[in-house]
Amino acid sequence: MYKYDSYDQAMVDTRVEEFRDQVKRRLEGHITEDQFKPLRLMNGLYLQLHAYMLRVAVPYGTLSSAQMRMLGDIADKYDRGYGHFTTRQNIQYNWIKLEEAPDILADLAKVEMHAIQTSGNCIRNTTSDQYAGAAADEVIDPRPYAELIRQWSTFHPEFSFLPRKFKMAVIASDTDRAAMRLHDIGIQLVRNEMGEIGAAFYVGGGMGRTPMIAPLINPFVPIDQMITYSEACLRVYNRYGRRDNKYKARIKILVHELGKEDYTAQVEAEFLHLLSQNIEPPLDELSRIKAQFVDPPFDAAAPDTIDRSDPDFALWNDTNCLPHKKPGYIAVTISLKPVGGIPGDASADQMRLMADLAREYSFDECRVTHAQNIVLPHVRKADLYTLWQQLDTAGLGTANLDRIGDIIACPGLDYCSLANARSIPVAQKISERLSDKSAAIGELKLKISGCINACGHHHAGHIGILGVDRKGVENYQLLLGGCEGADTSLGQITGPGFDEDGIVDAVEKTTEVYLAARQDGERFLDTYRRVGMAPFKEALYG
Amino acid sequence: MAEPQYRFRDDEPVGDPAVTVDSFGDQSNAAAVRIEPGDDARALLPHLERIRLVEVNFPVFGDGRGYSAARILREAGYQGELRAVGDVLVDQVAFLRRCGFDAFAPEVPLNPADAEAAFIRFDNVYQPTIDGRTPIWALRHG
Repeated sequence: MYKYDSYDQAMVDTRVEEFRDQVKRRLEGHITEDQFKPLRLMNGLYLQLHAYMLRVAVPYGTLSSAQMRMLGDIADKYDRGYGHFTTRQNIQYNWIKLEEAPDILADLAKVEMHAIQTSGNCIRNTTSDQYAGAAADEVIDPRPYAELIRQWSTFHPEFSFLPRKFKMAVIASDTDRAAMRLHDIGIQLVRNEMGEIGAAFYVGGGMGRTPMIAPLINPFVPIDQMITYSEACLRVYNRYGRRDNKYKARIKILVHELGKEDYTAQVEAEFLHLLSQNIEPPLDELSRIKAQFVDPPFDAAAPDTIDRSDPDFALWNDTNCLPHKKPGYIAVTISLKPVGGIPGDASADQMRLMADLAREYSFDECRVTHAQNIVLPHVRKADLYTLWQQLDTAGLGTANLDRIGDIIACPGLDYCSLANARSIPVAQKISERLSDKSAAIGELKLKISGCINACGHHHAGHIGILGVDRKGVENYQLLLGGCEGADTSLGQITGPGFDEDGIVDAVEKTTEVYLAARQDGERFLDTYRRVGMAPFKEALYG
Repeated sequence: MAEPQYRFRDDEPVGDPAVTVDSFGDQSNAAAVRIEPGDDARALLPHLERIRLVEVNFPVFGDGRGYSAARILREAGYQGELRAVGDVLVDQVAFLRRCGFDAFAPEVPLNPADAEAAFIRFDNVYQPTIDGRTPIWALRHG
């Protein structure tokens, strides 16, 4: 894992003092809420429906056990004993007092964490594949490249007042586990015929009210030009992105309106100019970072078999574990989606337990996933059963990764001041209604947003649900056929919306149509793509 | 013309009124120009030699186009005064300085103590820009 040096630590410590000063000015009435708003937003502090919410950055989703433990302690000390892991691999606390926010940042800084640029119209936390460094299919570990981007984007002087927020993701596998093409810039690290690493740039993806899949604008940027190329992409956006309408201000609209060719030509011209400015960190810096992401000391003699005699364990093993690049090891997903629970929430005790388990069984490391779960990336197969027993006892052993109960949901109207409808109760009801059929249904990614801003990724759900406000009543629209990953597609709306109970029925009916039409172990998505919308519509509205 | 509250230059301030970017090319005796957010700073590049003052207007602090305009001018070798005017707030001045601004004329004067702290708060920076500060990666690798 990346370890701060004195420069990184000073940056974060200085920010804490700056924010303490800003909060003091606000509390003493020297600045108005209007003047304070952009300052708190740059520090991830939002004023929500009931309290302040603080969003803490988890760069590329990687946490040490000490960091995870601190997140649990903060939940106890400053919140109501829990936290909420988000679709951008971050964590949010929903019940924060303004006067305590600087102390939280100070506690975070003790474990090399911060809330810098977790909100505001700037470059946000860079996300990555939750199995980085463990996945058998990766070209290279993407995290050092994401760390390089983290440093470059931190307090970037030119790009702190962009037209709108800006999200980047870096992956290094053909299987996209980070929804890379639904980011403002998605980077896939690739290897060319000469064996050199380069960055394929996908620019202008996003969800929100106008979902777009990012087009590939450059298939191979040499790795020692990746930062310069990013800077060129951002500069064209900062100069020409729309600022007249907040809802048309994301880079996807610029790329769409200019067209991919014109946007790319402008980026290439700016890139050529910026190459003369020597802004690229040297490869020595990348090597320094890479040295901190070397493999942990894997045991080459680790047994490669698992005792699967306990059927509940075997089910969890089949559902929640991913092959590891090293024999004798396996990557484990801890589901934060218990039946009827709040997707992505973890209690302080659960966070501390996961910290302990990461230390004991996963070389001190865990990951947050964009699907709001936690991964222990490097578990010895020989330890798997003991690990599962401890998880199960703590309510963390649900076997539902990528199943219908593994729902992504935004905080919705229970917390968020932008929401039109509640998301959490709908997720809870669907999870309860369909948990018995989960294994029979198999892979099915269900995603719920409580407004068209799409924080719950409903466009990318195999089944997506969008909550809207219809004449003062919450109404839920159903979408089918969305998908993130290498075969990214956007869901299509089925027809008129449903009320809260109606949407739960509609999801159940949808699964019934699928089970009746399924051929040869098809996933829901495969069946939908084969048979189309018609039979689903017929069952829902016929 | 907005008088700067802060000016990090030793030369004599330019007294000429600033003209707009689109009229600047036709006024061969003008030495001061004002950039609005929608203007293309690169339109000034053929005239850099005779420009002594560029005012960049920030009608609202959240419109960050002026940061790119400033860097583009400095990257092209512009040496004259670069003045930020308009809705310039204390928490933007360090970023503006990094993009090449060396004079500040905020619509609402900044609290002097807050501004002085803001200009010098961070000892180091992650990115190189035309302000000449050594980025952290260069400090690491000597």
